[in-house]
Amino acid sequence: MSGAEKIAVRVTDITPLNELVTRFRFEPVNGGLLPTFSGGAHTVVEMRDGDITRMNPYSLMSDPFDRSAYTISVRRDDEGRGGSKFMHTRVKVGDEMIVSNPVNLFSLDLRAKKHLMIAGGIGITPFLAQIKQLDRAHGNWELHYACRSEALGSYVDYLTTTHPNDVSVYYDDQGQAIDLDSLLDGQPLGTHIYVCGPKGMIEWVRGKAAEMGWPREAVHYEEFLAPQPGKPFEVKLAISNKVIQVGEQESLLEAIERAGVDAPYLCRGGACGQCETNVVQAEGEILHRDHWLEDDEKASDTKIMPCVSRFEGKTLVLDR
Amino acid sequence: MSIQFHKETFRGDYSFHNSERAIKRFPFPFDKDSYMYAVNMEQHRGGPADSIYEKRFDVDEHYISEMDDRAMVLADDPLRCQSLPHMTLAGWDLLELIMVSKSEDYPDLFELHRNGDQWRWINKPLGIDDSFTFMDETTLPYGPMEYITRQTQGDFCVLDQRDDNLWMDAGMVTTQADWSLDFDIGMNFFEWHAPVPLAHEKGIFVRALKFLLNIQQGAPARRLNWTMTVNPLLDTSPENYHKWGIQKTTLTPENIAAKQHLRVELQTFFRLPRSNALVFPIRCYLCAFQDLMTVPKWGRRLHRVIRDLPVELATYKGFIDNRPMMLDYLSQFDDGQPTSLGIWPDLDTEPPLKSA
Repeated sequence: MSGAEKIAVRVTDITPLNELVTRFRFEPVNGGLLPTFSGGAHTVVEMRDGDITRMNPYSLMSDPFDRSAYTISVRRDDEGRGGSKFMHTRVKVGDEMIVSNPVNLFSLDLRAKKHLMIAGGIGITPFLAQIKQLDRAHGNWELHYACRSEALGSYVDYLTTTHPNDVSVYYDDQGQAIDLDSLLDGQPLGTHIYVCGPKGMIEWVRGKAAEMGWPREAVHYEEFLAPQPGKPFEVKLAISNKVIQVGEQESLLEAIERAGVDAPYLCRGGACGQCETNVVQAEGEILHRDHWLEDDEKASDTKIMPCVSRFEGKTLVLDR
Repeated sequence: MSIQFHKETFRGDYSFHNSERAIKRFPFPFDKDSYMYAVNMEQHRGGPADSIYEKRFDVDEHYISEMDDRAMVLADDPLRCQSLPHMTLAGWDLLELIMVSKSEDYPDLFELHRNGDQWRWINKPLGIDDSFTFMDETTLPYGPMEYITRQTQGDFCVLDQRDDNLWMDAGMVTTQADWSLDFDIGMNFFEWHAPVPLAHEKGIFVRALKFLLNIQQGAPARRLNWTMTVNPLLDTSPENYHKWGIQKTTLTPENIAAKQHLRVELQTFFRLPRSNALVFPIRCYLCAFQDLMTVPKWGRRLHRVIRDLPVELATYKGFIDNRPMMLDYLSQFDDGQPTSLGIWPDLDTEPPLKSA
């Protein structure tokens, strides 16, 4: 069961920001209002590509209180399975698409006295919505944003113009880096840290914060994994009594859906736990790629997160 | 169907009563002849016409009197309504959810007119017509959660979601089955459920929490829970146990039919969009044994459920001492015939009681 009704939207604007990132604006097809959301929420965008339906999560970056449209920014990933490439090359203004109700797995902790945001690259997008939400409530926040270069610094101009005193930008190619030690050292009590960016950055911030004695509950992070392509494999679904083939460019979850079996999901990025599926039998190796299962659960091969994980071997039977 | 609101009391002379319509739509909580805890969740997206599932927030003939009773409880004990400072945004979410739902579901009773953030709310049964600025607390006579829950039947727990847990950080709780908001405020899901027997061992709460954390915007859920109450008391709080606890000893074979009530909670769960909090409305429905026994299926089934309930549950629900008297009464309505599955009365298909 996949939850709430989907929302039919029309693409009303496509704005390339730089070589890699393009922004898309969606308005409801029926002309009504979209559900409001909270800063940090994402929507799952369905992409119909011939027989294949890809569903990728993207952070909502527009003003959460603006119900006339949602906007997302998509970074092209040439190594990926083609979802972002589809958005960049196939989607045109005027197209109808399907998006999910907003889901927030990267919510602001509203108890925080101050919100310290650390972004890397395309990880800037959830913060754009959170900043709009906090500004409306006169919240105290500060953003540190690392980009590869000025040319790839999406929304740098907007952020530094509208919030010159609250935003610091760091360019890798100019040898600039966030001075994390002093940044984390001088914060007022009750500060919460939010980090969104590449895996390395998230681990760096979490590790440093832990080392400096920050409470675990005060450090928030979001890393969506894009499902990686891999060798095709076969799966038996025990409950629905079907044998399905998972193609090189599709995820196990997508293959289950393609077979007409309704499977739960929320984030499709290995983070939320909703699609957790019991493994009945596995002769071979499960390639666990999620953030959800504990290490011992991964080692036992009794569970799999079909949104991002794959299988190599002889037989895989799932309780689905 | 327009609702005839009763003028009645849930204290003192206990003039509360259910009309025939209210009995037919009573949420009988047992779908089979036995009961054990389960994560019995389903989507809350309407239900049979005129059932308590049909609307997002059910309004019934007890509405005005229940709101009067709530006002009396709050006057005596303001700690029944609390909201930690970070929960104000969730309070606005809740106000919006209820105003939009009620004005759409009961347009003859409630109206909401919105022009940007200038809102006008009309509540005809309670005679309220207020204009205010959405998200500006200074324009309402109470905080947003208190304002709207003084006008909505049922208790409300507003749960903050963080650290993969839910936190009881705000609520309006005046019709509760023996638990205290003032005691539970700030607790997490496992802490406030700690007193419940058997369910922890069955892993119920781990699974339930996982389900609740994933409740999405636009996809509310619901379940039923139940207990027993002597006299139609809405306020069976620990704070007032000295007033109502003793009433359990007044039950006799002569008065049990009228005095003993099955108390059912319709629990619903909605994701709140701006705050990402979860609201957990707990709506209490009361029905006297003698009214329940007018439905043959419910008579048969209630006897079997109460008879076979584990001692721990009968103790936790507070009726272990009165169980033998209940069974003496209920057994008259169990002729041993089979019952149909599901909670509905099935009056047209289930056979009448065979007299012994």
